[in-house]
Amino acid sequence: MLWHRCISYSIAMSKIHIPTPLRQYVGKQASVDVAGSTVGEAMNALVSQHPELRKHLYTEDGKLRAFVNLYLNDEDIRYLQKEATALKDGDNISIVPSIAGGC
Amino acid sequence: MATTTEIPVTLNKDEILRYSRHLIMPEVGMEGQQKLKAARVLCIGTGGLGSPMALYLAAAGVGTLGLVDFDVVDYTNLQRQIIHFTSDVGRKKLDSAADKLKAINPYLNLRTFDTRLSSANALELFREFDIIADGTDNFPTRYLVNDACVLTGKPNVYGSIFRFEGQASVFATEEGPCYRCLYPEPPPPGLVPSCAEGGVLGILPGLVGIMQATEVIKLILGVGEPLIGRLLLIDALGMKFRELKLRKNPDCPVCGTHPTVTKLIDYNEFCGIRGEEKPVSNGVPEIQVEDLKRRLDAKEDLFVLDVREPHEYQICNIGGYLIPLNDLPKRVNELDSSREIVVHCKMGGRSAKAVAFLQQAGFQKVHNLAGGITAWADRVDPKVPKY
Repeated sequence: MLWHRCISYSIAMSKIHIPTPLRQYVGKQASVDVAGSTVGEAMNALVSQHPELRKHLYTEDGKLRAFVNLYLNDEDIRYLQKEATALKDGDNISIVPSIAGGC
Repeated sequence: MATTTEIPVTLNKDEILRYSRHLIMPEVGMEGQQKLKAARVLCIGTGGLGSPMALYLAAAGVGTLGLVDFDVVDYTNLQRQIIHFTSDVGRKKLDSAADKLKAINPYLNLRTFDTRLSSANALELFREFDIIADGTDNFPTRYLVNDACVLTGKPNVYGSIFRFEGQASVFATEEGPCYRCLYPEPPPPGLVPSCAEGGVLGILPGLVGIMQATEVIKLILGVGEPLIGRLLLIDALGMKFRELKLRKNPDCPVCGTHPTVTKLIDYNEFCGIRGEEKPVSNGVPEIQVEDLKRRLDAKEDLFVLDVREPHEYQICNIGGYLIPLNDLPKRVNELDSSREIVVHCKMGGRSAKAVAFLQQAGFQKVHNLAGGITAWADRVDPKVPKY
């Protein structure tokens, strides 16, 4: 007898907050709504929709650049499951790049 | 946070009257005001962030304030560096700041350091203070300040700004994270523009600088919840404040359990900057403003491409064809690759990127106008306004 394990998963809709220096690559939006069940999927959706953004966030071998941090709600994903961190509907992903201005 | 001085500090009658609005609050009181007077705070930079910080710390009665700045007041500073006045243009920022701070509070023990903070002087300097307030404007110095704070055990009250957004936190406390826990590596040079290139809303360093001053005072008094382990994100346009959790990274090379950085390094090298930060030409072919003028006057067939933003074009232009840098990939078909093209921007940085892009797109006759429209205004046509 065959039995199937039903994996039910819904693709969550999250909001990705875009920091000022990068808004020029997403048509000046302050946030972008994307679908994705993990942080990695949501970010991939973002850079696929806005390809110019990719090189500012990811290296050529697909790693998140070290001066960019990703937060899920208020937690750094490095302390969660990194890009495998699961998303729920309505989650907020923040891209937090370093800025140095003070003058 | 306790200060390191053991000498009991007293307030005279005049000071008691001056600080009465502090003294009547139990959160400050005589004890708190004495802690403020005994405190020694070092402000790195007397520019956008340093201005409001120094002003409020002096007013609050911080006993010893150190200021580090090697710069001179520039006309473009006046839009936001409120410690400097029109009459101060051309003066050393330290002298300008000292005048105003002593006028606000003659009890202030002001120590000025007319020097560029460097790996050679930072440790010795920081040891003489209790709290460091980072008001600098570039990545190498931010990493230097952070590392020196961790190595000397002084808290780093951090603030940074860009256009209309800011960040604030307190780094380098014993249990808390340091700047490198958040950003182990700096961005490559040229990716994040400075205030001169990207612009900044004048009030923004005021908003963020006051937050830093607030954190300094809270640390001295030992009251409230300091921004240790918290990154405050400020969006001035939306007037929204968000907070992210920061954790101390046990693998942090500076403040972790097995630090690999145990002395100060070459921070320019760390940030990938070689030599002076000038508009980088990146090896693209250049033309000087005098040559462009000469060739235009001789009615040579040159196409001048301006890659600045429309609002910059409205400030001043030399009649170039405007395609903002970020639109260039989409609009490259508007250009004729058989013509000789001279590309310019404000200072030569963006236009260098445009030339590199056009070369990759197969354009062979492109040159970057070295120094941009600023050099044109300086050397060819002084009637062209600079901005």
